[in-house]
Amino acid sequence: MDMSEEVLQQASPGLIPGSGTARAAKPTRLSPSFISWLQAGPMMLVFLAFFLIPLVFVVIVSFWDYNEYQLLPAFSGRGYTDTFEGCIAQLPDLCTIGKTYLMTLKLCFLVWALTLFIGFWVAYFLAFHVKSKTWQMGLSLLCTIPFWTSNVIRMIAWIPLLGRNGLVNSGLVKTGLIHQPLEWLLFSEFSVVLALVHLFTFFMVVPIFNSMVRIDKSLIEAAYDAGATGFQTLVNVVIPLAKPGIVIGSIFVITIVMGDFITIGVMGGQQIAAAGKIIETRVNALQFPAAAANAVILLAITFLIITMMSRIVDIKKEL
Amino acid sequence: MKEGRPRSFYVLAIFFAAYVLFLYGPMIAIYVLSFQGPQGGLTFPMNGVSTFWIAKLFQGTGIVDLGAAFRRSLLLGVIVMIVTVVLSVAAGMAFRRKFKAQSILFYSAIASLIVPSIITSLGISLEFRIIDDLIKAHWNENFETSMGLLTSGLGAHLTWTLPFGLLIMFAIFNRFDPRLEEAARDLGATPWQTFRHVVLPIILPSVIGIGLFGFTLSWDELARSSQAIGAVNTLPLDLQGLTTTVTNPDIYALGTVISAVSFTVISLALGTIHVLNRRQAAKGSDAGKGLV
Repeated sequence: MDMSEEVLQQASPGLIPGSGTARAAKPTRLSPSFISWLQAGPMMLVFLAFFLIPLVFVVIVSFWDYNEYQLLPAFSGRGYTDTFEGCIAQLPDLCTIGKTYLMTLKLCFLVWALTLFIGFWVAYFLAFHVKSKTWQMGLSLLCTIPFWTSNVIRMIAWIPLLGRNGLVNSGLVKTGLIHQPLEWLLFSEFSVVLALVHLFTFFMVVPIFNSMVRIDKSLIEAAYDAGATGFQTLVNVVIPLAKPGIVIGSIFVITIVMGDFITIGVMGGQQIAAAGKIIETRVNALQFPAAAANAVILLAITFLIITMMSRIVDIKKEL
Repeated sequence: MKEGRPRSFYVLAIFFAAYVLFLYGPMIAIYVLSFQGPQGGLTFPMNGVSTFWIAKLFQGTGIVDLGAAFRRSLLLGVIVMIVTVVLSVAAGMAFRRKFKAQSILFYSAIASLIVPSIITSLGISLEFRIIDDLIKAHWNENFETSMGLLTSGLGAHLTWTLPFGLLIMFAIFNRFDPRLEEAARDLGATPWQTFRHVVLPIILPSVIGIGLFGFTLSWDELARSSQAIGAVNTLPLDLQGLTTTVTNPDIYALGTVISAVSFTVISLALGTIHVLNRRQAAKGSDAGKGLV
């Protein structure tokens, strides 16, 4: 319906056949709060049905009992006791779950440090050195496009490069630097960290870039005029003002790596144990309460990390 | 600061170029390798050039029923896209006024984004299992399952796409001039007319961006689908299943086909956004350009 029809409709409803029946009834004024509910309600319902209630079920089921093939809805701490099995008996050695979390935290730290370093300088380049808006848009888009493509493909893309007969190994052998192909390039901790950095640096670049473009350029000139060196300006002006972006990016990367089981599975050759991987293994064994107990533990640790980080910055203010 | 570019520019430009190469290099390698000759293996050098492996995918003689998984992923992606756009725009409008439960919805969205996917996925699968058990116990003993692509699968994907949609809407309305709506109201437009003829045309490019996020995030989604999709697999799940068993380039061919769909959708969306922006610039209003 174009504008003229719209006006016509207003003047004399019912003149245009077939239209207006839906709104023909005298519109009763809806209260603003009711309209808000109508607008926000559907999304709230989706989160309720597919996020909040499922989380409650995870907590409830973590306290249920189980046997080889089914859930038994009776209170039991077995999910947790199975998970922490041997943790006290094996002291001072770490039990399985302890080792697994240590490994997860190690991967987490490595990936966080690398994505932060790369993400910071990429964002810095885009925000401060690329002057033309068009170039800024274009180059940002260049960094974003891989984010819209499949993660698994971006993982398996490393196989032809890092495999035993891959480009890197054959290149190194040809130049005589090594005589045997390196085994640790693929299906190792190295390849897991590499793939995670490859996949998720984007989550660092975007928030840091957002913080940086908001920095008033005259502040940097003022620092320069006041005799600050480039390094002093970076440490005392740019980094403090980019802190919100750094924290938000860090929260993203850390929570993704904490719960990851796909990258660690594919790139680790299904050999590396990690927090998310235990949950998957337990589900595959149909031990749902144990899986749920592990999920609760993972959730608690993730929540702890986020609370510590959000002490530094108010997320809501930064959006 | 006008004496040419500082040395740091060149250092960082090289760093940036290296990052882009790091981003794209490996992907390009597998796109090339998917055109291996029939005798070709998983790594370079190329053993002839052919479309043998891509053709093999579509013949259905390969390892997975590509066609069925492809259609399922496409169907789910399109539905997720539509639902994400509609719910995000509606909720974005709601956030322009204060309303009760505002912060509950906001924090639900943020939490849904950062709670590890495996936990959400496990929760949805437990929820549906318990619903199934209830139905079997009280109504119908022969009931199979309520889990499926368009029930639990759709819900799982929405918990991932809706937060992005909502955050993009926040960004849009942060820059939106509410005087345009006031003007429309003063001219006697109904709320729906104001939305349809004033607000929507202005935010349309960004709304297409939300659609792009909705589709591509769903099309490539893996972690949340893993436990919640039910008996059938989506295309990324099939691909992941192949990583442990396959020794032929068909895995690269499948990767190339999935990426081709992603790139088609991305270019369509970006092209549309570009055209709409140009039209807005050319035919848009003169609001804010003087005559206060």
